[in-house]
Amino acid sequence: MASFFDLKARKAAGANGSAPKADDKKQNTRRQPWVEKYRPKTLSDVTAQDHTVNVLQRTLQASNVTPTMSTAGEVAAKHFHMLFYGPPGTGKTSTILALAKELYGPEMIKSRVLELNASDERGISIVREKVKDFARMQLTNPPAGYKSRYPCPPFKIIILDEADSMTQDAQSALRRTMETYSKITRFCLICNYVTRIIDPLASRCSKFRFKSLDQGNAKKRLEEIAEKEGVGLDDGAVDALIKCSEGDLRKAITYLQSAARLVGAIEKDQDGGDSADDAMDVDRKTVSVAIVQEISGVIPENTIAALQKAMQPRSAGATYQAVAKVVENMVADGWSAGQVVTQLYHSVLQDETIPDLQKNKITLVFSEVDKRLLDGADEHLSILDLALRISNILSGKG
Amino acid sequence: MALIVDKHRPRSLDQLTYHDELSDRLRSLAQSGDFPHLLVYGPSGAGKKTRIVATLKELYGPGVEKIKIDARVFQTSSSRKLEFNIVTSVYHLEITPSDVGNYDRVVVQDLLKEVAQTQQVDQSARQKFKVVVINEADHLTRDAQAALRRTMEKYSPNLRLILLANSTANIIAPIRSRTLLVRVAAPSIQDITTALADSAKKEGWPAAAGLHKRIALESGRNLRRALLMYEAVHAQNEKITDDTPIPPPDWEALIGQIAKEIMEEHSPNRILQVRAKLYDLLTHCIPPTTILKTLTFKLIALIDDDLKYDVIKWSAFYEHRVRTGTKVIFHLEAFVAKFMRIFEMYLMQMDM
Repeated sequence: MASFFDLKARKAAGANGSAPKADDKKQNTRRQPWVEKYRPKTLSDVTAQDHTVNVLQRTLQASNVTPTMSTAGEVAAKHFHMLFYGPPGTGKTSTILALAKELYGPEMIKSRVLELNASDERGISIVREKVKDFARMQLTNPPAGYKSRYPCPPFKIIILDEADSMTQDAQSALRRTMETYSKITRFCLICNYVTRIIDPLASRCSKFRFKSLDQGNAKKRLEEIAEKEGVGLDDGAVDALIKCSEGDLRKAITYLQSAARLVGAIEKDQDGGDSADDAMDVDRKTVSVAIVQEISGVIPENTIAALQKAMQPRSAGATYQAVAKVVENMVADGWSAGQVVTQLYHSVLQDETIPDLQKNKITLVFSEVDKRLLDGADEHLSILDLALRISNILSGKG
Repeated sequence: MALIVDKHRPRSLDQLTYHDELSDRLRSLAQSGDFPHLLVYGPSGAGKKTRIVATLKELYGPGVEKIKIDARVFQTSSSRKLEFNIVTSVYHLEITPSDVGNYDRVVVQDLLKEVAQTQQVDQSARQKFKVVVINEADHLTRDAQAALRRTMEKYSPNLRLILLANSTANIIAPIRSRTLLVRVAAPSIQDITTALADSAKKEGWPAAAGLHKRIALESGRNLRRALLMYEAVHAQNEKITDDTPIPPPDWEALIGQIAKEIMEEHSPNRILQVRAKLYDLLTHCIPPTTILKTLTFKLIALIDDDLKYDVIKWSAFYEHRVRTGTKVIFHLEAFVAKFMRIFEMYLMQMDM
C-alpha cells in the first residue's frame, strides 16, 4: 500500500514540475548507478592514469593536424591499435569511451565506433562477419561545421571490451583484419590479463597498462561524488571504502552508493534539489565505517583475530577443537572463504612474531588453498585444512 | 499436503523471524525505488531464497506470486537445441543456468538481452525494471559470468539481477564489484528453536522445548533441514516428548556405518566392501562432497587428536580432486585407502 501512495505522490510531483518529460529524465538519472552517472565525460576527467591520458591526448591533438605534417603524435595516431590492460575498476573502458566521445562527438559516434563486449556473441563467426564488415566500411563524412567542434579523424574505432574472454580462434581471426584495414579502422582491445591475449595480437598494439588507483586520487573522486550526491561521510569512511575496494574505483563507488541507499541518504534531497533542503541535511544519517565494511563483505577484525588465536600452538588435541569450532562458526555465518583467505593472509603476513621461514611455508599453503577454492572445493574443509596446516607450521612441525 | 517447510515459509519481509536488521535493510532498498543488483550469499538453509521472494513482493506487490513455468528452447552457435525452464511472473523471472551445463552462456546472453530490451509491459507496475533471479550463481561458468558483466551495466534501467550463491569464491571479481553483497548468515540455534516452536503452534503439535533444542543442534544451523527433521519426527512417532529420538537420514546412518567399518579393519578386502556402500550412496544421488565431508567428520570423532591434522589435510586434498576429476569413486576410495594407511602407520608408531 505504501508504494501506492508513493506512486500518487510521484505523479503529483510530476504535475507540479515544469514538464513531465524532464521529470522522467531526472528520475532516470537518479536511478542510474553512480558508476555510469559519473563515468568520466572527457579524457581529462579520467582519474589517475596520467601516462595513458597524456599519450591519448596527444593523439587527440595530432588528429587535428593535416596529414602531411609528420609529428610524433601523428605517427602514433596513424599506426596504432591500442591494448588496455589492468585490474578491474581502473578506468579502462571509461578512458576509451571518453576518447571516442571527444574524437567524434555525439552524432558521429554511432557510425564511427563499434563496441563489442563479452555480453555480445563474439565467436569466430562474428569476428569474420560483423567486425570485418565494420572494419571494411568506408568512412562517412561528418556534416559541415561539425568538424570544427570535434576532430573526427579519418578512422573508425572498434572497441573489443573484455577481450581476454575471446577464444583463441576468434583472436587469431582478428590478426589479418587488423592489418588490412588499419588505415581506416583502429582497434582497441581491453582486458584484465594481458597474458590471455595471443602474442600476434599483442604485438600489433601499443600497450597501455592501467595501474591500480592510488589512495589520494581515489579519495578525491569519492569525496567529489559524495558531495554531489549529498551523502554525508563519517571520518574514516572514505579510507574504509578505499581499503575494502582494493584500488578498484568502480567497486568503491558501488559500495558508496549502496551505503548511501542503506542509510537512506539519497531520495529526499535529490527530489528537492533546492538549497533550502540543506538545512534539513544536518540531522541526516551519515555513512559510517561499519556500514561500509558490512556492505563489502569484509569480515570483522575480531573474527579473524579469534581464528588466529585458535591457531596458536598448544597441545595437539586442544588446537583441533579450538580451530574446528571457530571455523564451523565462520562457515555458518556465511563468510565467504575467499574473503577469509585474503584477510587471514594479510594478518598472518603482518604478524611480526612469526619467523620468515615459517611465513614462507605458510604462503605456500595459502596459494594451494586459494587454487582449491577457485576450483570449487568445499569451503568448510578447505578453511579447516588451511587453519590446521598453519597452526602445524606455527608449532614448528610442518 | 504440503511440507511444513513450504507451508510455513514466510511470504513477506514482516514475517521473517530472524536477521531483522537485514530484513530492514532489504525493505529500505526495495522502497527507495533505487534497487541495486544483488549478490546474496550464505550457507544453504539460511533463508536466502525466502528473503529474496519476500523482497520481490515488497518491490512489486502480490503480483509476483502468480508464477508460471515456461519451457524455452535456445539454440547454440553449433545449432544444438537446448531446452530450458524459466519460472516467470509478470515482473520477474527466475532461472537456473547451471541446468544447461556448459551452454549457460548462451542462455544468459540471449535471455537477459531479450528481457533487458523489452520494457515493463504493465504500465501500473511499481518499478520500471524487471528482476531476473539467477539461482546457483556460483556454478555459472566463467564465460557466462563474463557475459553478465557488461549486460549489468548497459541494461540497468530495465533490468536488475539478483544472484544467489552459496559462496562468493567462484564469482569473478568484476561481478562482485558490480553488485551489492548481501550476506545471509545461518540462523543461530536460538533462532531455529523459535522457528520450530512457531511451526508447532501453527500445526497444533504439543511443544517440546528439549526436542526443539536437540533438533536445532543436530541440524547444523540449517533451518530447512531442521524443519524437515522435525516433521519426520512427528511422522514417525505418535507421541512426542523431549527425549524422542531423532532419526538420522538414511545416508548419514550409512556413512556412519562406513566410518565404523574403516576403523575396524584396514585391509584391501575391507576397501572392497566399503566400495559397494559408497556406490550405493552415489547411486542415491548423495553429492560426493557431502559423502566425503560427513565421512571425514565421523572419522575425526573416532580417532586420536594427533591424527586429526593429517586426516583433514587429506580429506581436503581428495575433495579438491573430486571437483577437478571426472570419476568420483576413485577419489573417495583413495581417501579411504589413505586413511587406513595413516591410521596403520600411527598404530605402528605407537607399538614401537
